Amino acid sequence: MKKIPIEFSINGQKREALVNPNDLLINIIRDELYLTGTKYGCGIGECGACTVFLDNEPVLSCLTLAAAVDGKEITTIEGLANGNELHPMQIAFLKNAAVQCGFCTPGMILTAVALLKENPSPTEEEIKDYMRGNICRCTGYVQIVKAIKACAEGGKSEPI
Amino acid sequence: MQTDSKILAQEFEYLAPKTLDEALDLLEKYKDKNIKILAGGTDLLVKMKTINLKVNYLMNVKNISELNFVDTEQGLRIGAATPLSHIIKEEKVKVKYSALYEGIMSMAAPAIRNMGTMAGNLGNSSPAADTVPPLIAYGAELKLQSKRGEHTVLVEDLITGVGKTIMKPNELITEIIIPEINKNTGSAFLKKSRVKADLSKINLAIYLEREGNICKDCKIVFGSVAIKVLRAEKTEELLKGQIINSELINKVAEEVSSEIKPIDDIRSTAEYRMAMSKQMLKDGLELAWARAKD
Repeated sequence: MKKIPIEFSINGQKREALVNPNDLLINIIRDELYLTGTKYGCGIGECGACTVFLDNEPVLSCLTLAAAVDGKEITTIEGLANGNELHPMQIAFLKNAAVQCGFCTPGMILTAVALLKENPSPTEEEIKDYMRGNICRCTGYVQIVKAIKACAEGGKSEPI
Repeated sequence: MQTDSKILAQEFEYLAPKTLDEALDLLEKYKDKNIKILAGGTDLLVKMKTINLKVNYLMNVKNISELNFVDTEQGLRIGAATPLSHIIKEEKVKVKYSALYEGIMSMAAPAIRNMGTMAGNLGNSSPAADTVPPLIAYGAELKLQSKRGEHTVLVEDLITGVGKTIMKPNELITEIIIPEINKNTGSAFLKKSRVKADLSKINLAIYLEREGNICKDCKIVFGSVAIKVLRAEKTEELLKGQIINSELINKVAEEVSSEIKPIDDIRSTAEYRMAMSKQMLKDGLELAWARAKD
């Protein structure tokens, strides 16, 4: 296999890498760049744990070739906060106890941020529909939906 | 070989053409050397990981900007590398092509729709593909290009079996062309699946043209009920030129299951699919008929 030189930006930083054709984006992010917020769940596009932004749209890094991100912009969960200031969605997840074991949380938060970008005031049904590719095995989803709603309303609703 | 979904174990060469010309050259060059086209990768990479589908050359078409467009001027023309999520953002798709909009919205989840393409859904040619029934219902065509020329074929004639198409190894789907539809038409897409993000146990697209209370023309297309997506042509004939009322809808629904050939598989049973086809036809006809009113 011929190695492929790629250039991309991740969380605002320019990077260069020499990757194999069969390297997956998730493994470059976790094992080479040590950004372990992005999680490996199912590896076949069912669970959403490996969600990252590629040119500002959520995609699954377990089904994206590293070579295919040449020239593109990636944002992982680590790039969402502004320095020490958490993103409003991160605050909403914390305030509403939308995190239990935390494994699905990075993917959940990124997908939720994408939802509000497309639809700033979603109904509960719209939230559930948009989040359907992100699976959580502990919370039962109630607090996750609540957190997203709270964030959409500018954090006005009372935390539980 | 043991499969591991964390990594992509098999080795292959990666090709990333920036123009259509370059892509067609590469297809010509490697057509006998097991080249596969990568668009979203949401099916292909899964197969390479889980069932060890062998690929020697993987050609990514996502960087070809001339294949990434939605042209709404006359009907719909959709470039082969356009992500599914960009297609449903078009107002015209949402307003006029309800079955296509509903079909795409029913697929997987937003992240997958940001990656996957309609051409990929066609090339992958699964009997459960959710964009295929709507495309056939609208009489859509697709453009196939190779170094030696181009031709258009009906989507209906593309797929010949599970994972099988009439495409030659040097051909690339470059564009999907959906005809303009009139005002007095209505369409709908229905799907049954275990959970919303899942693949279809059975799906259905209906397109009809209405003149007062008469059905002038219609197409009824079922997915996941045979080795390929199929049209219920007998049912179509029973509806054409007829006054549509609940009596007729009930009558044709009773007959429709004789036109499909479902099997028992991991997602559902033949019995369930037969039973659901009746109710889905009723619901779909009522919905498309009501939409044709406006």
